[in-house]
Amino acid sequence: MSEKVLMKGNEALAEAAIRCGCTHFFGYPITPQTELSEYMAKQMPKRGGLYLQAESEIAAINMVLGAASAGVRVMTSSSSPGISLKCEGISYLIGSDLPCVIVNMQRGGPGLGGIQPAQSDYFQATRALGHGDGHAIVLAPATVQEVVNTTTLAFDLADIYRTPVMILGDGALGQMMEPIDFAEVPRRQCPAKDWACTGTGMKRPHNIVNSLYIQPEDLERLVEERFERYAKIEAEEALWEEQNTEDTELVLVAYGITARIAKSAMNMAREKGLKVGLVRPITLWPFPKKPLDKLSATAKRFLCVELSMGQMVEDVRLVVNGRAPVDFFGRTGGMLMTPAELLAQIEERMGK
Amino acid sequence: MAIKRPHALTDVELHYCPGCTHGIVHRLVAEVIDELGIEGKTVGVAPVGCSVFAYNYFNCDMIEAPHGRAPAVATGVKRARPECAVFTYQGDGDLAAIGTAETVHVGARGENITIIFINNAIYGMTGGQMAPTTIANQVTTTTPYGRSLQVNGNPVKVCEMLATLDGTAYAERVSVDCVKNVMAAKKAIKKAFTMQLEGKGLSIVEVLSTCPTNWGLAPNAAMQWLRDNLMPVFPLGVYKDVSKEESK
Repeated sequence: MSEKVLMKGNEALAEAAIRCGCTHFFGYPITPQTELSEYMAKQMPKRGGLYLQAESEIAAINMVLGAASAGVRVMTSSSSPGISLKCEGISYLIGSDLPCVIVNMQRGGPGLGGIQPAQSDYFQATRALGHGDGHAIVLAPATVQEVVNTTTLAFDLADIYRTPVMILGDGALGQMMEPIDFAEVPRRQCPAKDWACTGTGMKRPHNIVNSLYIQPEDLERLVEERFERYAKIEAEEALWEEQNTEDTELVLVAYGITARIAKSAMNMAREKGLKVGLVRPITLWPFPKKPLDKLSATAKRFLCVELSMGQMVEDVRLVVNGRAPVDFFGRTGGMLMTPAELLAQIEERMGK
Repeated sequence: MAIKRPHALTDVELHYCPGCTHGIVHRLVAEVIDELGIEGKTVGVAPVGCSVFAYNYFNCDMIEAPHGRAPAVATGVKRARPECAVFTYQGDGDLAAIGTAETVHVGARGENITIIFINNAIYGMTGGQMAPTTIANQVTTTTPYGRSLQVNGNPVKVCEMLATLDGTAYAERVSVDCVKNVMAAKKAIKKAFTMQLEGKGLSIVEVLSTCPTNWGLAPNAAMQWLRDNLMPVFPLGVYKDVSKEESK
C-alpha cells in the first residue's frame, strides 16, 4: 500500500532507518543534522528502540562499535567536523568488520567552517575514514525519496559485507522537504550474525571482535581478504544514474544536491540544442567507473561539478585517463551554484 | 594442593612480565565470573595497553576497544544486550588520560557496567612513560627527573572522582600486594559484578598494581614500593556503596 508523506531529508532518513530495523542510535548534536537526532529521540522510545545522546562524537561512534559488536542494527549521524572526530572509531569498525550506518550531512570546512551545504568531505569519505588500508561503502542520495531508499540499502549492505556504510548527504538534502513513499523500498537478504558478542550461553567458543593483529603476516592476510570483499563490492554494488548519454558531447558528472542543479543546467542546455548529458554517481565508493569508461570513447569532454574545490574530479580523471579533457566547476564554503551559472560554464566549454 | 584454572580463563598462556599483577587480577575476575555462574552471558571489553590481549584470556565473548573508549563500547553492548553482564578491563593511561571523558560519563549516566581499573602509575606497554596516576617525583621515561607537579600537575584519583557522581553505585580501591589484600580485592570485584546484576549502576574496582619491569624493581621490591609510595597517595577503601546507603 502506498503512503505518500511530506518529510525533511533528515527526518525521512531517521524514519527509514527505524523501519528497516535500526534499534539503536547514538548521537551528538551538530548543525545541520540535528533534526535526525531529534527525530530519533522522539521516536525510538515509542518504538522499542534506543536513542542515547553521547558525551562526544568519539563516544557516540564507540557506542556504535559496542552495539554493532552485540549484533544490533545501529546508526549514528553527524556533520563534517563531527565526522572527523568519529574517524578513529570508523577505522576500528572497518578493522573489526562491524556493520553500521554513519550519516554525514556535510557542511563547509575546513575547521569549524560553516553550517551551509558543502561536498568537501568527498576525499575523507572515499579515501580516509580513519587510518589504515580500508574502505567504507559511501552512498550519496540526491532526493528525499532516494534518502529513504539508500538508508535501507545502507543497512542491508552493512550486514551483507560486514562493513560500515556512510550516507554522504549535505545540509540542503537534510533540510529540504519532499513527498516520499516508504512502501517502495526494496530489501536484500542478510546473513545471520553468528560472530556477534551476545554471550556464549556456554554453548559455543567465545567470539572476539578485534582489530589488533600483532603478527604482520596475519594482518596482511586479513587486509588482503578484506580487499577481496572490496573487489566484490566494486564489481556488484556500484550505482549510478545516466541521462542523455547516448549522443552526448559534454558529460556532466555530479552527485547529491549538485546533480539536481546539473540536471536543470543540462535541460536548459538541451533546449539550446547543446548535446549535454549527466552521470550521477549514487555510490561514491565504490566509484561507478563503468559509465564514465564507456563515455570516454565517445564524449568530447567531461565537466565535474561539486560543492568543493575539486575532489571527485580526481576519480573522474582516473577513469577517463586522458582520453578526453576533464574540467571542473565548483563553489565552496557553503555556496551553491545556480543552474544559469552552470549553463554559462557549459556554453563556455562547448565554445558557444 | 592442586589449583584449578577458573573456567572463565582460556588455556592461553599469559604474556605478562614476571611479577606483574595483571595475572592475579585476571584470575580474580575469572573466579568471580565462575562463582556467579555468568560466563555465558558476560561480554568483556579489553583496553589498549598491556592488557590489550585480555580478549584471548577470558573465555566469555570479548571486544577490543580503541584506546580509552572501553566505557563507550561497553555502553553500546549493554544498551544492545541489557541481559548481559558487561565489564571493561582498563589501565591508568587508558581510563584516566585518553579515556577520561568516557569514564566520567558512564558514571554520570549510571551505566550498569563494571570497570576493573588497573592503576600501576605508569604506561607499561609503551615502555614506562608518565601516567595520569604517576605520583609526585616518580621517575618515568618522560619524567626522567621525577614528576614535577609544577610542570605535570597532580595524579588523578579516579575512585574519589567517580564517587562524586550520582550514577556511580560502587567504587572501591583495593590492592593485590599480599594474600589478605588479594582476598579483599576478590570480594570487591564480586560485589561490583553483583551490583551490576542487581541493576544498581556503575561499579568500579581500582586495583593498585605493580610494574616491576618499568619501575626497574624486582617483584618483591615492587610490592614494597607500592605499599610505601602508592598507598599513601591512593588510600585503599570503599569510596561509594549505594547498597550501604540504602540500608541506612
